[in-house]
Amino acid sequence: MVVFEKPKSLTDAQLHYCPGCTHGIIHRLVAEAIDSLGIEGKTVGVAPVGCAVMAYDYFACDMVEAAHGRAPAVATGLKRCMPENIIFTYQGDGDLASIGMAETVHAATRNENITIIFVNNAIYGMTGGQMAPTSLPGQVTQTSPYGRDVKSAGYPVRVSEMLATLEGPEYIARVAVNNVKNVKAAGAAIKKAFENQINGKGFSLVEVVSTCPTNWGKTPVDALKWLEENMLPYYPLGVYKDRSAEEAK
Amino acid sequence: MAEKVLMKGNEAIAEAAIRAGCRHYFGYPITPQTEVAAYMAKRMPKIGGVFLQAESEISAINMVYGVAGAGIRVMTSSSSPGISLKQEGISYLAGADLPALIVNVQRGGPGLGGIQPSQSDYFQATRGGGHGDYHLIVLAPASIQEMADLTALAFDLSDKYRVPAMMLADGTMGQMMEPVELPEPIELDAAEKPWAVTGTKMKRKHNIINSLYLSPEKLEETNLERFERYEQIKKNEQRFESFMMEDAEYCVVAYGITARVSKNAVIAARAQGIKVGMIRPITLWPFPEKAIADVTDQVKAFISVELSMGQMIEDIKLASSCKKPVVLCSRVGGVITTPEEVLETIKKTAGGNK
Repeated sequence: MVVFEKPKSLTDAQLHYCPGCTHGIIHRLVAEAIDSLGIEGKTVGVAPVGCAVMAYDYFACDMVEAAHGRAPAVATGLKRCMPENIIFTYQGDGDLASIGMAETVHAATRNENITIIFVNNAIYGMTGGQMAPTSLPGQVTQTSPYGRDVKSAGYPVRVSEMLATLEGPEYIARVAVNNVKNVKAAGAAIKKAFENQINGKGFSLVEVVSTCPTNWGKTPVDALKWLEENMLPYYPLGVYKDRSAEEAK
Repeated sequence: MAEKVLMKGNEAIAEAAIRAGCRHYFGYPITPQTEVAAYMAKRMPKIGGVFLQAESEISAINMVYGVAGAGIRVMTSSSSPGISLKQEGISYLAGADLPALIVNVQRGGPGLGGIQPSQSDYFQATRGGGHGDYHLIVLAPASIQEMADLTALAFDLSDKYRVPAMMLADGTMGQMMEPVELPEPIELDAAEKPWAVTGTKMKRKHNIINSLYLSPEKLEETNLERFERYEQIKKNEQRFESFMMEDAEYCVVAYGITARVSKNAVIAARAQGIKVGMIRPITLWPFPEKAIADVTDQVKAFISVELSMGQMIEDIKLASSCKKPVVLCSRVGGVITTPEEVLETIKKTAGGNK
């Protein structure tokens, strides 16, 4: 009897992520959602530019590699021409909240019927640890060597809160993958974001607060501690918008 | 024979695209091409198609990339500054070998420039335009009839070679009205595009639309394969119109609106006894280099008439191996060369060679 196995929606390719990085967990949660909904054969994923750039090798469904930040626009094209297919994007904070902010906001306000997995680890990982739009005040990065100075660099963007102010989107939630309880909640939110698309409800985005031990200069365990002590107070977990649930009240 | 209708160039492109089976259009407003979007906004919802006004040219071209990845006919249109914004996406389309149509109804530049006609995006269109080694198939209409005919051809060539196509028109072509015989609507057979991302249906390994190759050898290989296709295109698809070239001693080269102007000048020069003809490139890439090479020994000089500071002139020099002088006749900034100015240049060139 198999009691534990790799989700079928993941390929056998070896992940390139650093030790302790939480991308692996999030990939797994996405694949589990696809498996449990039985949609792998009609799903098309859109990979970002950033650490998850090679997600197209890891997910077993059809995949498109988008230009930096443009995944929501690419997903819009895919969904508009294949409304019966399931389209998701998987993007990091630099991709989604900096260079791709316009694409994100407008896909949300159109209530584009797509699912977005937004991995927020407060840093540019792939390029070696530069300040991200979500880097915390005072956070030391390669391009904020004296700590993020909000007077010069501005404040980190709370994407979920901002998008929740729009009329358009169906579902906006922030989750984390720092402990078993939160991983389970994250899995449920991701599954719901796919279910919403299946049910034609519209734009669903799950922000996953994540770690980057390598570029934070911490061990995986210390990185989780730093996430709990620094990121979660600035990025509180919760459901920021759930139109269907609100309407049902 | 189908009846002729009076149409604006921009509308002829839009209607011809629909008749060529295009049901997906993504755009962003910019003068002087906005009628394409307006026409699509009106027609697409009535025929089960998709019209979407994107938040930017950048988003519009990436929506095109998504639909093209699904193997479905798709287009966008814009004008010079907007085409600059699309270049990132066009480079990705080229790198991922995706067919699509991009229409550029050119206006004067650089920068915000003006809104009057220009041909100053020739380099950008024929040299690729974005980053990396690539080409687009570039078509240059010189009448509203060609706006329609070349639209259908652009889709077909783009599909055939998996190379994005660009219609390089200008503000005059976009705005002027002429009678046009529209092509009959075609039904696209759902020809299998085995590379398209339409869902695996659990029947095949996943398809990936991608232009990233971290192995230099692999990336080189994709470039070499693409350039083999470019060689085929250069061999098979050079298109041009030859006018009064049989006994010509001077050859005017002009495309689009300047070809219309130049034709009048050629006729006027002939009336004055000057043996001049014209080659009108219809494909700008591939440039009709064989046509130029074939007349290089015959003529005494070439005259490049273009609404730029001299861009196509370089292709004429290359195609003629610089064996004969190439004279530039141009106006820029939205000013259109007159037949008198072209005639003057022809006379001066002919006089200088006597």
